[in-house]
Amino acid sequence: MNILVAVSRVPDTTTKILIGNDGKSIDNNNVKFILNPYDEYALEEALQIREKNSGRVVAITVGPTENQETLRNALAMGADDAVHIKSKDENFDSFFVAKNIANYAKSFNPDLILMGKQSIDFDSLQVPSILAELLDLPVITIVTKLNLDSTKVIAEREVEGGKEIVESSLPCIISAQKGLNDPRYPKLPDIMKAKKKTIEEIPAQAFDNKVEVISMELPLRQRLNKIFNAGDDEIKEVVRLLHEESKLI
Amino acid sequence: MKNILAYVESINGTIKRSAFEVATAAAQLKSKTKTNAIAVIINGNEEIANQLFEYGVDQVINIPSEILQKYSPQAVAKALYQLASAKECDTMLFPASSDGVELAPILAAKFDAGYISDIIEMNLENDDIIVKKPVYAGKSIIKAKVNSPVKVFSLRPNVFTPIKQVSDVKHYEVFSPELSSNDCKTIVVDTVKNEGKIDVKEADIIVSGGRGMKGPENFYLLEDLAKVLNAAVGASRAVVDAGWRPHSEQVGQTGKTVSPSLYIACGISGAIQHLAGMSSSKVIFAINKDKDAPIFKVVDYGIIGDALDVLPKLTDEIKKIKG
Ligand SMILES: Cc1cc2nc3c(=O)[nH]c(=O)nc-3n(C[C@H](O)[C@H](O)[C@H](O)COP(=O)(O)OP(=O)(O)OC[C@H]3O[C@@H](n4cnc5c(N)ncnc54)[C@H](O)[C@@H]3O)c2cc1C
Ligand SMILES: Nc1ncnc2c1ncn2[C@@H]1O[C@H](COP(=O)(O)O)[C@@H](O)[C@H]1O
Repeated sequence: MNILVAVSRVPDTTTKILIGNDGKSIDNNNVKFILNPYDEYALEEALQIREKNSGRVVAITVGPTENQETLRNALAMGADDAVHIKSKDENFDSFFVAKNIANYAKSFNPDLILMGKQSIDFDSLQVPSILAELLDLPVITIVTKLNLDSTKVIAEREVEGGKEIVESSLPCIISAQKGLNDPRYPKLPDIMKAKKKTIEEIPAQAFDNKVEVISMELPLRQRLNKIFNAGDDEIKEVVRLLHEESKLI
Repeated sequence: MKNILAYVESINGTIKRSAFEVATAAAQLKSKTKTNAIAVIINGNEEIANQLFEYGVDQVINIPSEILQKYSPQAVAKALYQLASAKECDTMLFPASSDGVELAPILAAKFDAGYISDIIEMNLENDDIIVKKPVYAGKSIIKAKVNSPVKVFSLRPNVFTPIKQVSDVKHYEVFSPELSSNDCKTIVVDTVKNEGKIDVKEADIIVSGGRGMKGPENFYLLEDLAKVLNAAVGASRAVVDAGWRPHSEQVGQTGKTVSPSLYIACGISGAIQHLAGMSSSKVIFAINKDKDAPIFKVVDYGIIGDALDVLPKLTDEIKKIKG
C-alpha cells in the first residue's frame, strides 16, 4: 500500500506571535518551527499501516526552502521518501497548496492520502477537502480512528455531540484528528540517517491566490479581571456578578 | 453581487442553533447589497422554513432527497453546486461545524472559488466582503477578502448573534438536484451519540476541568454545576491524556476551539495551548488555588481557592438564583 502524507511547517504551539513589518504576516524571527502536530498523527498512522501491509510512505510538503526541515522530521519518524514542492515564498493559499499536491498525487497514484485536520498556522481546515475535489476522491475529515483492508476504510469521525462511523472505498483522503494514535518520537540514529536522505525537489506551479490577506492584528480583549478569595461571601459575590453584571446565569 | 446562499444544518427535523446565526448573517448582507438571501435546507419542511423566515432570509429552498438522507459531503456539495448555479448565488455561508468545514471547501473547489473558514466578523466595505478570521490558534487575527467571483465563508459557531427580523418576502421552494447514489463517495454507516451530553462546540456555557480536579472521580462536581447551568463539560489536554475525560471534551489548540458566553475553568493552569481554544469566550471565570496561575491573566472573574471546595458552594449559590 502506497501512502502519501502531506506535512506542513508551522510555528511551535508555545510561540509568541508578533506581527511582521508588512503588517499582514507574522514576524518569523525567533520563531521555532515544527511539523504540524495533526500531520504527526497522519504520518504515524501511515507508518503503522505500512508496518502491517508493506508499501511506501511518501511525505510531501509545499513551501519555501525551510520546509526541508519538516521533511527531515518526517523522514526521521520513518517516511521512506520525501517530496518538496518548492515555492519561493511562504504561501498560505489553500488552492495553491492543494493544486500542487494534486499534481504530484496524479503521477504517484497513492492508495491512501493522509493529512492533518488543520494546519495550525492559518487553521484553514480546507486542503484535504479541496484535494478530494481536485482528485475526484472520497474524503473523510477529522478522523479519530481508522481501520482498513485492501479495498476499503472504516473511519470514526468526530462530530458535534458524538461520532460518525464512515465507510469509503480506496483510494481516499483521510484527515487526522488528535486521538488517532500516539506519534512516535524519532531516535537520534534515525534523525542522523534522515539528514543524509535525498529529498526530491519539484518547483511549485504558481496559481492566482484566491484569498487576500489585507492586514493582521493581535487580538485585544479587555477582561474585567476581578479576582476574589474563596470565602463564602466572595463566592456569593461572584455569582451575583455573573447574574447581574454579566447577565449570564 | 448576486444572491447569497446560507447552508442550514438540521438533524431529525430540528434546526441547529448555528442555522439562525448563518441565516442572520446572510440577511444582514442581503439588506446591504439588495440581493436575495436564500437559506438551503436538506430534507427539511415548511415548518423549518418558517422558523428561518423569522431571521430575515427571503427565500428558503428545501432539497428533499432520498440520496441525501445520510450525510455524504461530496453528494451534498454537488446538490448545492447545482442549486447555487440555478439560483445565481455567488456568496455562500456555512456554519464552521464538523460537516460545514468538510463541505464548504468542496463546494469552493467546484466553483474554483476562494474560501475563508471560521470567520468571526463580516463587513461590507466598498462592495467587498471583508472578514476577520483568527489564525495561529487565535494568537492573531487576519482581515481578509476573497478575490474570485464566487466567495465561500464558514462562520465560527456562537460568535454571530441571531437577530429576529421578519422578512417581507417569504418564498418557499423545493429544489430537486440531479444525484445518483454514486455521488455518495462515503457512507455514514453508524452514528454514536454522547448521550445526554451537550457538545462543547455548541454550548453557551462550558464548565471545564484540569489536572487541579485531582482525579476523574471529582468531575461529578463539574457535571453537577453543568447540569444547573445547562452547560457542557470541557477538559484540558492534561486530563484527556491521563484518560480522565474523553477527547471530544478537550478544549485547546489540539482540541476544540470554543466561544461560549461563559467559560468556567476549574483547576486549569491556562497554558497557551489551552487559551488558544477558549480565549474568544465572552466571559471567562476561573477557579485555581494558585494566585499566580496564568489563567488569572485572562479572566473576567476569578476565585483563588480549592476547586473541590468551591464548586459545591458555587453550584448551591447558582441553584438559589435559578430558584
Ligand atoms: C503541541 C501541543 C498541543 C497542546 N494542546 C493542548 C490543548 O488543545 N488543550 C490543552 O488544554 N492543553 C494543550 N496542551 C498542553 C498544555 O501545554 C498544558 O500542558 C495543559 O493545558 C495543562 O493542563 P492543566 O491546566 O489541566 O494542568 P496543569 O498545567 O498541571 O495545571 C493544573 C492547575 O490546577 C491548579 N490546581 C491544583 N490543584 C487545585 C485545586 N485543588 N483547586 C484548584 N486548582 C488547583 C494548579 O494551580 C494548576 O494551575 C498542548 C501541548 C502541546 C505541546
Ligand atoms: N504547505 C503545505 N504542504 C503540505 N501539506 C499541507 C500544507 N498546508 C496544509 N497541508 C495539509 O493539509 C492539512 C490541512 O491544512 P489546512 O487546510 O491548511 O488547515 C494539513 O494538516 C496538511 O496535511
